[in-house]
Amino acid sequence: MRTTEICVIGAGPAGLCAAIAARDMGARVTCVDSGDRPGGQLVKQTHKFFGSRAEFAGKRGIDIAGMLADRIRDDPMVEFMLDSTVIGFYDDGAIGIEHNDALTFLRGERIVCATGASERMLAFPGNDLPGVYGAGAVQTLMNVYGVRPGKAVLMVGAGNIGLIVSYQLLQAGVEVVAVVEAMPQVGGYDVHARKIQRVGVPILTSHTVKAVHGTRVVEGATVVALGSDFRPIPATEEYFHVDTVCLAVGLTPLADLLWQAGCKMAYVPELGGHVALRGEDYETSRRGIYVAGDLAGIEEASSAMIEGTIAGLSAAQSLGHEAPDFEERLATARAELAALRSGPKGQKVRLGIERLMRLGREVGVVA
Amino acid sequence: MRDKPCVEPGTQGRIPDAARRARGPCAVIECFEEIPCDPCHDACRRGAIRPFDDINHLPEVDFDRCNGCGACISVCPGLAIFVVDETWKDDLAVVRLPYEFLPLPSPGDTVAGLDRSGRECCAATVVRVEKAKRQDRTAVVWIEVPKPLSMEVRHIRVGGSAIGSREG
Repeated sequence: MRTTEICVIGAGPAGLCAAIAARDMGARVTCVDSGDRPGGQLVKQTHKFFGSRAEFAGKRGIDIAGMLADRIRDDPMVEFMLDSTVIGFYDDGAIGIEHNDALTFLRGERIVCATGASERMLAFPGNDLPGVYGAGAVQTLMNVYGVRPGKAVLMVGAGNIGLIVSYQLLQAGVEVVAVVEAMPQVGGYDVHARKIQRVGVPILTSHTVKAVHGTRVVEGATVVALGSDFRPIPATEEYFHVDTVCLAVGLTPLADLLWQAGCKMAYVPELGGHVALRGEDYETSRRGIYVAGDLAGIEEASSAMIEGTIAGLSAAQSLGHEAPDFEERLATARAELAALRSGPKGQKVRLGIERLMRLGREVGVVA
Repeated sequence: MRDKPCVEPGTQGRIPDAARRARGPCAVIECFEEIPCDPCHDACRRGAIRPFDDINHLPEVDFDRCNGCGACISVCPGLAIFVVDETWKDDLAVVRLPYEFLPLPSPGDTVAGLDRSGRECCAATVVRVEKAKRQDRTAVVWIEVPKPLSMEVRHIRVGGSAIGSREG
C-alpha cells in the first residue's frame, strides 16, 4: 500500500494551504482531489476576493487557485492525485481512492480532511424540472466550461453566493429577473448586492419561490411574499417568465468521511450543519485526523486558507517536523483568522465556534 | 419589501461633501458595511486612505490628500469606489466607474447612465476607458454626465446587453 506522511483530502483553498504549510515544515504530502485541476471552488470564482493581502485580497479566485498550486506543484515532496475520488475511510487508517475506474489505497500518518461543502436543496413543486440548478453547477457551467445555463434566471437566495453568481450571470449576458430572499434582509455583503442592483436586478427580501412551472423544462416560476412568520402571504404571488431557476440557499459541510472515521460530530446550525468536534489545532476526536475549510464550518475562502495553514502546520509538527518560524506562523495565522471573524458579519461563525468548543470541552476533545 | 440602495447621509470620510467636490476630482467610497477587507488602503500612493486598525473598519479618506487619481477604483473587490470630477466642464461632471462587462465602450460612445437601482437617468458620453494590466480585468470607464447627476450615476448600459426587461 502507498503511504505518505500527510494525506490532504481536497485541493481547494483549505487543502492547498494545508499542503503548503505541511511541506514548509518538511513533511511529505499527498494531496488527493476529485477534480481535474487543483483549486476546488476557486476555479470558478471569477470575482476579486475580500480579506487581507495575506489571503490574496483583491485577487480573483481563479488566479488564486494557480498561485497556491504553483507553490507546491513541482515540489518532489508533494504529490498530487487528481481525478481521484476518496470513497471511503478504513479501520486501519487507509483511505480508498477511485481513479480511472480502479481502486487504490493510501495510508497517511496524518490526514487533513478539507472536502468542503455541498449545496442545500429547497422543496417546492417543480424543483425536479431541468433548468433548476444549484448555484455551484451554474458557476461550473459558465466559468469553467463557458456554457450559459439559460437566458433568463430567477436567483433564490441573497447570501454572498446568490449575489456573486447573479453578477457572474449578468457578466455572461444572462438576464437575472430577480433575486428572492426569504429573510427580511440581504444575507451577503452589501457591496455585492449593490453590484447587481445598479445593473437593475431587483432583490426581493421576504420572498421565496412557491413553484416552478413547465411541462418538460422550466418555463416560469411563481414567487410569493413571506410574512414575519415566514408563511406565504395570500394573493402576493408574482409570475416570472424564466427558463432557469438557480438555488443559492446555503451550504452544508461534506462530512461523510468524518462520520465513517468515527469522529465525534456535533450539529451546529451557525456552521452549516454537522461539523467535527476539534481542538484549536483543528485535530478531531480521532487522533491524526484534522479538518479545515468549509468542512470545519461554512465560511469564506479567506478563512478556509488560514484554517488549512493551521491544520497543515499542526499535523506536520505532530509528526516531529520543525521549522524555526513555526510558532510565529501559527500565531500570525490565528490572529488573522480572529480578525477576519471579528466584524459584524462574522458574528454567526463566532457563535458557532463558541458552541462547538463548548461541546468539545464537554466530551474532552478540547482541553 | 423591495430594497432600494441609497447613499447614507452623513458618512463623512467616504463621501466627499459638495465643497470638496467643487475643488476637483476625488474618490467616493460607497462602502457602508463592516466586512473584513482593506486593499484600498494599500492602493493609495498618497496615503489618503487611512491605515486600518481593524480590517473590519470602514475606509476613511482624507479628502485633502485625495487628488482623485483613481488608483483605488479597480482595486476595490466590492467595486464600491468611484471618482467624481465636478470641475470637468461648466455643466458636465465626469464619473469614473469600475466596469466588468463586455463589450467595453469606446471613447465618444453614448451610453445610458444608470443610478444605484439600475434606473436609466441620463445619456452619458464615454470620455476614456482605462484597462491597464494592473487593473486585473476591471476596466475604469470615464463618463460625462450632467453635473447634478454626478452623485447619482453609478453604472452604464452599453447597447442592450446585461439588462433585460422585467416581467411581473
